[in-house]
Amino acid sequence: MADLGTSFAGIKSPNPFWLASAPPTDKEYNVVRAFKAGWGGVVWKTLGLDPPIVNTCSRYGAHHLNDMRMVGFNNIELITDRPLEVNLREIKAVKKAWPGRAIVVSLMVPCEEKSWIDILKRVDETEADGIELNFGCPHGMSERGMGSAVGQVPEYVEMVARWCKTHTRMPVLVKLTPNVTSILGPARAAKKGGADAVALINTINSITSVDLDAMAPTPTVDGKGTHGGYCGPAVKPIALHMVAEIARDGLCAGIPISGIGGIANWRDAAEFMALGAGTVQVCTAAMHHGFRIVDDMIAGLNNWMDGKGYREIGDVVGKAVPNVTDWQYLNMNYKTLASIDQDSCIQCGLCHIACEDTSHQAIAATRRDGKRHYEVIDAECVGCNLCMHVCPVQGCITMVEVDTGKPYRNWTTHPNNPMSKQ
Amino acid sequence: MAGKATTDGPDIGTGRLAVAELAANFDDVKPPLDANQALIEASRCYFCHDAPCIEACPTGIDIPNFIRKIASGNLMGSALDILEPNIMGGACARVCPTEVLCEDACVRNASERKPVRIGALQRHATDWLFERRIQPFARAPSSGKRVAIVGGGPAGLACAHRLAMLGHGVDVYEARDKLGGLNEYGIAAYKVPDEFAQREVDFILSLGGITPHCCKAFGRDITLTGLRRSHDAVFLGLGLAGVNALRAEGEDMAGVEDAVAYIARLRQAANKASLAVGRKVVVIGGGNTAIDIAVQSKRLGAEDVTIVYRRGSKQMGATAHEQEFAQTNGVKIKHWARPVRLLGWPVNGGGKRHVREIECEYTQLDDKDRLTGTGDRFSLLADTVFKAIGQIFLPDPLRAGGAEPLDLSAGRIAVNDDRAASLPGVFAGGDCIAGGQDLTVRAVQDGKTAAHAIDRYLRS
Ligand SMILES: Cc1cc2nc3c(=O)[nH]c(=O)nc-3n(C[C@H](O)[C@H](O)[C@H](O)COP(=O)(O)OP(=O)(O)OC[C@H]3O[C@@H](n4cnc5c(N)ncnc54)[C@H](O)[C@@H]3O)c2cc1C
Ligand SMILES: Cc1cc2nc3c(=O)[nH]c(=O)nc-3n(C[C@H](O)[C@H](O)[C@H](O)COP(=O)(O)O)c2cc1C
Ligand code: SF4
Repeated sequence: MADLGTSFAGIKSPNPFWLASAPPTDKEYNVVRAFKAGWGGVVWKTLGLDPPIVNTCSRYGAHHLNDMRMVGFNNIELITDRPLEVNLREIKAVKKAWPGRAIVVSLMVPCEEKSWIDILKRVDETEADGIELNFGCPHGMSERGMGSAVGQVPEYVEMVARWCKTHTRMPVLVKLTPNVTSILGPARAAKKGGADAVALINTINSITSVDLDAMAPTPTVDGKGTHGGYCGPAVKPIALHMVAEIARDGLCAGIPISGIGGIANWRDAAEFMALGAGTVQVCTAAMHHGFRIVDDMIAGLNNWMDGKGYREIGDVVGKAVPNVTDWQYLNMNYKTLASIDQDSCIQCGLCHIACEDTSHQAIAATRRDGKRHYEVIDAECVGCNLCMHVCPVQGCITMVEVDTGKPYRNWTTHPNNPMSKQ
Repeated sequence: MAGKATTDGPDIGTGRLAVAELAANFDDVKPPLDANQALIEASRCYFCHDAPCIEACPTGIDIPNFIRKIASGNLMGSALDILEPNIMGGACARVCPTEVLCEDACVRNASERKPVRIGALQRHATDWLFERRIQPFARAPSSGKRVAIVGGGPAGLACAHRLAMLGHGVDVYEARDKLGGLNEYGIAAYKVPDEFAQREVDFILSLGGITPHCCKAFGRDITLTGLRRSHDAVFLGLGLAGVNALRAEGEDMAGVEDAVAYIARLRQAANKASLAVGRKVVVIGGGNTAIDIAVQSKRLGAEDVTIVYRRGSKQMGATAHEQEFAQTNGVKIKHWARPVRLLGWPVNGGGKRHVREIECEYTQLDDKDRLTGTGDRFSLLADTVFKAIGQIFLPDPLRAGGAEPLDLSAGRIAVNDDRAASLPGVFAGGDCIAGGQDLTVRAVQDGKTAAHAIDRYLRS
């Protein structure tokens, strides 16, 4: 059995699976249920100053794909709508009852040092393990100069991080908003301000759908809608990219990363970890299926690590980072060809029509003894993978490496490159 | 259950089951998909290129396209994709043996042995349109031509609808008092409940330009010569009016019934409890008619129902799916046996007898693959024996009034690819033509094909 125990920016948890700051972590009741289910830690739903904010009626939107529910999820909720006092009391009680689990408290207060000093003092008393600065919320709070309004300005990120580091004993995590052109600006600022770790991504600005009868975006509140924060499986690729950018950035200098965005199972988690995440956080998958999904996450990660001979989390974290590179360094002499396994082919023709209509006319559609037959024309195939992706049969189309006999050559030295260094 | 042991006379009874049970037995055997089920099923379609299912549909419906439209919520477009090539897409969704047609060709069979439920989806889309009473088609400007159609079954109605769309005037002559053909009088009741056949007839007629003339028998009230004179073209969709003989000793006795005629009565009976059925029923035959009469007898309350078929399961006209359906309905299928002799009870002292027992002989194939009896026999007790051994075309009405003869082939009307018969301006389709496959969908395709050929003929 691999050791899933994690020490992240000094915060210990029995496994790297944390619940992200969101409705699943809004109350003692939920968090206790989560710990009973096996979650290693939680980031408590973001606290703010009293009086508590007020939420609207109709809060969530969803992107369904045919019968797949919630491929993407969106919300227009704000931070906790419960009094600060109640939250702090519950945090303290849960930490006392579950000393082995990580409790990080998410915070969002106005951009004045005094507000931060006040709240930090009160959180400190709960014995929580750390704080997470919510610089990510893209709606509602940003209009009040908080959330992503802070997270989008590196100077503010640095400043608030520094205040917090100055005024608390607890490790400081900075939660980043993806609603920026480059994640490196705010990430480097967090590092510069002394933050112990970054957590990303928060939700992405979005409108999930338009109600064509009401002629309004959803979720609709009394006939009107607004942009909300997008999350769930659909955002995973965006989050992975941002995590990798930070992991391989020299100026971020190996700052610990808590990976978030579309994680639903152990495999998603392992991918984030391979790209540098020391812990992962989950929101939508728990909101969709309940807390028991952690069972597969723990067992699955364990089994996979055992199979690969990884003994502890540290063996996995960042393992794929050296293989993340820039496009210009990819080997232009590397060649693959599509190959169709005729025995598993079901003759749906999707590979043919995809390549024929939109790519390189490299899959011939013929009939053999009246039966449909699809075959790759090697001379036309550019190895793009499209056919493999559209094929509904797992493993039927594979991309087979072809030895070109040519050495590694990348774009920087390619003759077609006007800026070629050769 | 009412009835006595078969020791002193035939046990024939009505109302063997409670009214509620009968109603359930003859209700929709395959309930419709609701919107959510349809969405889930529709999303199983891969939207194949050159989809094999399209080729497997005799009317060539663009199946992936109509399914994609269900998935996107475009039910109007979906229904049109179905009804344009197949105006009886609603009936076909209910009665087609999809397991040997479109669904047999679905590529999901190869990957997971579970095809997309094309028939159920087709019903979902066409029901949507029917519920809204939409007639989505319009008629072209009048051509001034009139076509006579004989027989108001699927072949005749499909031909009529397409001709009316193309701008021609259409007269449909039908011997019975309702249109619909076997959709109304033959298909198993639980496949088309709630007056579906008549609702579909109304839908077809709502296009306009089609004048029905019911209770007009071809060969008696009208003749081929007369129609060729009064109309610009004639389409014959006569179906099969005759039945094969059993060729077993005693087949004329009471209690021996023609399955098709009995089903017609069953279909028309408002109160199924009024139908008399034997306690022990033996069905002779191996096609869908045999399955249908066996299952419907069982569902009327017959206690023992046995199908006797002279060959094996593979040779049966009924699909494997239909055979299994019969078996799960408690019908026993006895293969490799044929009836030889019927024994009866005396009826009211007269010379007439009522069937009591049927004696059968086991069969086998000889070394030249010919069917022969083995000489071994067995007997089954029977209060009713249904003959379901195939229908035949009766050509006599064609010759009425000394009409010029039409060429026949294998006992049915000979036609070319255009469904044109041997006399100019005479076309035919459905079960009555040579090579007819005895499927509703095939009849619809014949009617449509003939309509386009007639249109070309009339405009040339
Ligand atoms: C019991 C039974 C069950 C069946 N079940 C199925 C099934 O589940 N699925 C399937 O696909 N197919 C089934 N079939 C076959 C299908 O019903 C036929 O293939 C189809 O109805 C043929 O259509 P048609 O128009 O050629 O003939 P028909 O439907 O027979 O229509 C012919 C019409 O012509 C009329 N007619 C006949 N003679 C004259 C005359 N002299 N003058 C005027 N009108 C006349 C008849 O009254 C009838 O209305 C079944 C058939 C039977 C007998
Ligand atoms: C309903 C809802 C409310 C959220 N509230 C907060 C919040 O108060 N503070 C915060 O930092 N993130 C909040 N988030 C963002 C999540 O913590 C997380 O970053 C995001 O949902 C991406 O992860 P996922 O794809 O696993 O859901 C919220 C998300 C949802 C769906
Ligand atoms: S890899 Fe791309 S180019 Fe090659 S056959 Fe597949 S789709 Fe066509």
